[in-house]
Parts: sequence; structure tokens; C-alpha cells
Amino acid sequence: MADERLEADSVSKRYGDVVALKDMTFDVRAGELFGFVGSNGAGKTTAMRIILGVLEADAGEVRWAGRPLTLQTRRQIGYMPEERGLYPKMKVGEQLTYLARLHGMSPAAAERSVRAWTERLGVAGRLDDEVQKLSLGNQQRVQLAASLVHDPRILVLDEPFSGLDPVAVDVMSRVLREKADEGIPVIFSSHQLDLVERLCDRVGIIRSGQMVAVGRVDELRAGDLVRLAVVAPEAKPGWADRLPGVRSVSYDNGTTLVTLDRGADDQAVLRAALQTGPVHEFAERRPSLAELFRGVVSEDE
Amino acid sequence: MNESTSAAQAVRLVVGREISTRLRSKAFKITTIASLVVVVGYAVVFKVVGGGSADSVGFTPQAQPLAAPLVSVAQAVGAEVKPSTVDQDTGERRLRDGKLDALVTGTPDRFQVVVKQDLSSDLRDAFSVLARQVALDNEVSRLGGDPAAVSSAVNAATVDVRSLEPARQHQGARIALAIIVGILVYIAILLYGQMVAQGVVEEKASRIVEILLTTIRPWQLMLGKVVGIGLIGLLQLVLTAVAGVVAGVALDAFDFPTSVATGVAIWAVVWFLLGYLAYALLFAALGALVSRQEDVGGVTAPATMAIVLPYVLAISILPSDPDNGFMEVLSLIPFFSPMIMPMRIALDVAPTWQVVITVVLTGLLVAGLVWFAGRVYRNAVLRMGSRVRLTEALSSR
Repeated sequence: MADERLEADSVSKRYGDVVALKDMTFDVRAGELFGFVGSNGAGKTTAMRIILGVLEADAGEVRWAGRPLTLQTRRQIGYMPEERGLYPKMKVGEQLTYLARLHGMSPAAAERSVRAWTERLGVAGRLDDEVQKLSLGNQQRVQLAASLVHDPRILVLDEPFSGLDPVAVDVMSRVLREKADEGIPVIFSSHQLDLVERLCDRVGIIRSGQMVAVGRVDELRAGDLVRLAVVAPEAKPGWADRLPGVRSVSYDNGTTLVTLDRGADDQAVLRAALQTGPVHEFAERRPSLAELFRGVVSEDE
Repeated sequence: MNESTSAAQAVRLVVGREISTRLRSKAFKITTIASLVVVVGYAVVFKVVGGGSADSVGFTPQAQPLAAPLVSVAQAVGAEVKPSTVDQDTGERRLRDGKLDALVTGTPDRFQVVVKQDLSSDLRDAFSVLARQVALDNEVSRLGGDPAAVSSAVNAATVDVRSLEPARQHQGARIALAIIVGILVYIAILLYGQMVAQGVVEEKASRIVEILLTTIRPWQLMLGKVVGIGLIGLLQLVLTAVAGVVAGVALDAFDFPTSVATGVAIWAVVWFLLGYLAYALLFAALGALVSRQEDVGGVTAPATMAIVLPYVLAISILPSDPDNGFMEVLSLIPFFSPMIMPMRIALDVAPTWQVVITVVLTGLLVAGLVWFAGRVYRNAVLRMGSRVRLTEALSSR
């Protein structure tokens, strides 16, 4: 079997004078959960819509398993749009069956799949209710079922976690993990960075239509610089200023934050600290994804 | 699964959804029942007011010789009489049951008319003339003349009327037909056309269009919607037309050949189809420009006006002036033909060449609108938010 990875290759899109996407390149490997983060209007939704083929790119190409996406392969994508989308006045069961059939499933297979997914997501009791009569949480479960019901080979979810209660977040996380473990590429966008950090194998940070950082979360957090926190109550401000490889130092009431180049000798810092008196703590502080994100996003401002 | 079969299947699925959800809707049930009630009621009114059928008059055996004179006298005053022979008791019973309109008893010289309550004015006229004729015959006999010769001479005397504009046959009935056909076709085009616009916006507003368009192409979704809603409209109109013709025949309400009513009904369906297709495509394109149900009315207003205006003009002018030249010209314009031509056809004032030319022109308009609507819909249906400008939707890739 070919490597069923999803690749975006130098995808560009502009609306009139507004550049929505500029040379965006990234890939989502088969079996991987890929988190897509960026501020509002950065281009996440545009990128997803181009993957889905509901928008056409001005330049560049989206490939799956090495080949450009066609309508036939796009049928195998499971999609959850940001603002949700279901017929409010159609019954849950009929609606899901209809969507499965549109994706090319036979009536019997569609029926089976609808039953299986609604049971799994806990909305099997609502098959004969109109969508608009469901609570918001249940509507979102149905929405997730809609993206899964045709047994997709690729999953693209725009803000799947927004507005979910903690239980639903757990259900959603488990299902996404499971689908990735089945060996399909799963990409989703979210503003809940802690969730992305916890859940995703890799993340892409997007700003003004450009991918500014892609990688595993720990890689991104590691970065080019090492930040050390040293708690040495008797140390006087300035003790670390002249150490080799030090980029910057901040002192705060006995706690010193030292930033040095990766590869510089952190043990020299520890020795210098010990000379000032007792050292209660000596540890590397890695920025959280949220801190990274803020750093990346505010770079221009 | 190759591309062409899956396209046909996609359209079929969309059509199926439209039909199954709309057939079950309250709106469909209510409008169907309402239009059935209207046409059947219309047939009943026709029957009562037009009184198309003959008055049945019973004659006791003794009065029987009066039957033939009454029929001819009635014809002269414009009434129609169906004579039968009954004995007195049966006749009176039938009068009470409403099966007879009048019963003639007594002798030809001295007859009496028995009725349940009162005579219709036509029959009263006929009997008055008959009574005078009987009196005249008696006088002629008394004077020694031959009553038969006198009556035949009298009957032979007719007025020679030359009309400058010969009246059309069944004019009154045709006007009534034209009005009902005009109303039904107009309502069907407007109702189902707007249903298409609302359906398009419903999908946009609920964002399900994004999901649908990951698996089917825009034209398949639009076509499926137009065809599905059109089939519902067709079903309703055919039901209505059949009910109208059947009720008319059953009640014997038409005083013109059933083939005329059937022809008018078939043309009504044809013009509904042409008009619906043209306007449904237009409504689909216009609906795709907006994202909220509240904006549907505004964005489709020009198309709605193009349906309402010709209808209002036609229904106010044509019944009183079928040959109106302005309406004739208007009816030849493809956008307006569907609302005006069915009325002109019902009024029998549309020459064949005009019918042919308007059908062809409207067909061409539909073909053009398929291109236009396909393009606008494809370019606009995924653009959420504020209203998309038509020129923008037409020009963008």
C-alpha cells in the first residue's frame, strides 16, 4: 500500500488583494494526528477548504498517497466544517444515511454505519429526532458522526472541540486518536492549545497565510535556546551575566532565569550558582505551546 | 464506479431527499388540499351559476303532447329541457327528491305546472310562451284555421342577425377556465420557484453545503434540488388539473367539450414546467448569493416581480379583453409567457404560431439559465457572510 499521507505543496490562495494562503507546504502522515493552530483569520479554514476541494487553490497542489486529490478521493475525506452543517429539520438517522449514501455507500452499508457510529457517540436514541431538537452537545456528536459515517480515509476537522463539554471533549479525543491509530491522516484546527499539545503528534503554526513552524510538539518546545530556572536564594543579581553562552538573564527575588544557546555548557551555570550559596532548584523550563504560539504570532507586531 | 454513473446517482439521491422531505411537509399537504378544494369548488360554482345541464320536466301521459312544443319553445328562449313521461304520483315524488325541475299535468289545452318551490326563470319564460301558444292555437281553431300551419309559419319567422365580430364559442366558460388556469400556474411557479431559493439558502445558512460539496459537484446539488422540487410541484399541479377535469365531468359542469378542458389542463402543465424551470434556475442562482433566510426575499425580489407583474396584468385585462394587443406582445416575451400564455390558450386567442414560438423561446431561455445559474451558483454558494454581488459571481472563476 502506498504511503497514504496528505501533502499540501506550495498552496496559495488570494481573495482579490487579500492573500489568504502563501506558499503553504506541510504534510500529515498516515496514522498521525496533526494540529493546526493560528489566530483567527490566519488561513486555517481556507487551507482546509482547499484540501477538501470546496475551494480551488490559485497555485500549488494537494496530494494524497502521492497523487493529486480528485473528486473520487475527496469522497473519502471526513469533514467537519467550523460552523457545523446539518439540515436542521431533517431527522438524525435519515440525514446521516443520506450523507453516507452521497459518499458512495450502499443503502445497507450506510444503515449499518449510521447505527454503529450513533451508538458509539451516544446519540443512537435520537435517530428519529430532528437535528434542531437536539441539545448543542448532541448536535455536535451528530456532526462528528456525519464526518465519520462513510468510513473516511482522511479526516479534516475544523475546530472540532469548540463548545464541547469535558465529557464530549474526551469522547472526541478518543475517537480522533483511534482513527489515527487505524492509519489515516487526521488534521484538525483548534484554539485550545493545551489540548493540541496533549493530543497531537505534530502541530503546524500558521500566521498570515504562512506556515511558520511545523514539527513535533517537544521539538518545537525545545527550540534553539535553553531556558534554565535557578533558585539560589543567596545569589546576588548579576552573578550569571558573564557566563559563556548566556543570551539573557533575569533576576527575580532569588530565582534567576538564564537563557543560553543550545549546546552551551549548562553545568558551568550550575557551578557558578553553587558558588553563590545553596541551590534549591536547577531545571530547564520549556515553553508551553501557548507561549510558543504567542511568541510566533507576536513576532511581527 | 465511473464518474458518469456516480453523477447520475448523486443527482438521484439529492432529488430523492427533496421529494421525501417535502412530500411529508405540512406546507405540501396544506397547499395540495387547498388547490383541490379550489378547483372542485370552482366546478361546483360553474354548475350552479352556469347551470350548464338541462332542466328535467316530467309530463303526465295526458299532458305528453306538450313535450315537443315545450322543448322547441325552450330552445327559442335559450333554455334546454329534458322531457320525460311519468304518472302524477311518481312525478310528485321525483319533484320532492329534486330529480325533476317541473311536472306538467292536465290536458294539452289546459295544463298546470307543479314545482317543488318555484320555477327557474328560464323555465318560467318557456312555460309562459307555451301557454300563450296554446291559447293562440285554441283561438285559431275556434276561428276555423289550422293551428299547425299557423305555428309553423310563426316558427319559420326568424330575425336575420349579422354580427360584425362573431362571438367565440363557449366564451363565458373559457373566461372562467382562463382565470382558474392563470391562478394555478401562477401560484405553482411562484411557490415552487421560491421554495428552490429557500432550499438553497437553507443549505447555505446551515453550512451543510460545505459537507455536501466535498462529495458532489455544485451543479449536481443544484440540479437535484430544482428537479426534486419541480417534481413535487408537477405532482400537485397534475393532481389539481385531473381533479378539476374529473369534477367538471362528474358534475356535468362543462357546457363545452371535455376535450377543451383537457387541452387547457395539459397546456397549463406544460407552461408550469417551462415557467418553473426558468424561474427555479433563476431563484437558485439568486438564493446562492445570500447566506441568511431573511435575505431571500430581497435578493429574489426582481424575479418575483417578473412573475407577479405579468400575472396581475393578465388576470385584470384578459378576461374582459382577450384580444388585448399589449398582452399579446407581453405574452411573447419568454420571461412572461409562462404566466400569460396558459390564459390566452384557455381563451382560444393564441394562434398556433405564437404558441410554438413562445414554447421554443422559453425553452431557449431555460437553456441559457442553466448556464447562468450553474455559474452563479458554483461561484457564490460557498461564499458565506454578506451578499455576493451578481457580477462578481458571474465573473469569478
